[in-house]
Amino acid sequence: MRIIQRGFVIVCSLLLTALPAWAVQTPPPQEGFVPINELPPGEQLPAAPFLIGAYAFFLVLMVGYVWTVARRLNKVEREMKALEQRSSQGSMRR
Amino acid sequence: MGQVGDMMNKAFWVLAAVTALMFAYAPVAIAGAPYESTMLLVQKIFYFHFSTWMALTAAVVICGTGSAIYLFKGSATADRLAFAAAELTVVFGAFGLVSGSLWARKAWGHWWQWDNRLTMALLLELVFIGYLLVRKYGGPGAEKLSTAMGIFGAATAPFVYKSVDWWRTIHPKTSVMRSLGTTSPEMWRVVWFCTFAFLLLFTLLLVVRVHLEERRAELDRLYLEAEG
Repeated sequence: MRIIQRGFVIVCSLLLTALPAWAVQTPPPQEGFVPINELPPGEQLPAAPFLIGAYAFFLVLMVGYVWTVARRLNKVEREMKALEQRSSQGSMRR
Repeated sequence: MGQVGDMMNKAFWVLAAVTALMFAYAPVAIAGAPYESTMLLVQKIFYFHFSTWMALTAAVVICGTGSAIYLFKGSATADRLAFAAAELTVVFGAFGLVSGSLWARKAWGHWWQWDNRLTMALLLELVFIGYLLVRKYGGPGAEKLSTAMGIFGAATAPFVYKSVDWWRTIHPKTSVMRSLGTTSPEMWRVVWFCTFAFLLLFTLLLVVRVHLEERRAELDRLYLEAEG
């Protein structure tokens, strides 16, 4: 009888200590891919800023690149003109 | 020679006008293309994202070929072409990485993932940035050194392309594009319209950039003449 009582106390103690652990366990994570349009509205990001951002970045990048090429080309042309002027002045002095 | 030059000049401006018209029409075509069923609006980044990688592929092939010709035959024209193409690889690569990142933020929930395809694409971009840095700060003999980098970069490109098929990755596989013609012919038409516009833009920029290198070479020759 005493053995049964002791066993009962042990089982109850184990159950009581395990209860808080069960209580804080998070539900198992959902497996697989969740399409973004199936996410709750609070978790969805608006798409328009990303789309506009991508196309705006392309525009800025292309305008910027063409501007740098034009600037470098103008610099070379200016140097060539200055060099030609210098060489023509030199030949006139001679 | 003057007549040929005039014709080339005219052809350039005609090509520029066609490209401008295509880029003006591209947003209309993209807006009219059907929505992808899971990603909806943000998927429309795809039209310029894919096209920029196609332009980058053309740039990488030209850079690799030009570099190899310069290395083995010593052709200065091939070297100028390779240098111009390397710069355009960096420009189109920058847009490809940024547009992909913006798309990923919405579709995957992350700006960046150290995924095989993304990491390899970043490395390819870094190789060509290295090419430009060597060219600018490498001093005498930098042409030969950068040429080797150009060939190495071009050799890396097929691995970047096939990485999605060979390794497990979150990036869509190459089969998506191959099957697009049958799964969504409307999307397929818009994608190739944009790709053609990008290839035209790439051609125009390459012509202008090569012209810049030719003028620089002419300036160097004039300086040498003036000093001699």
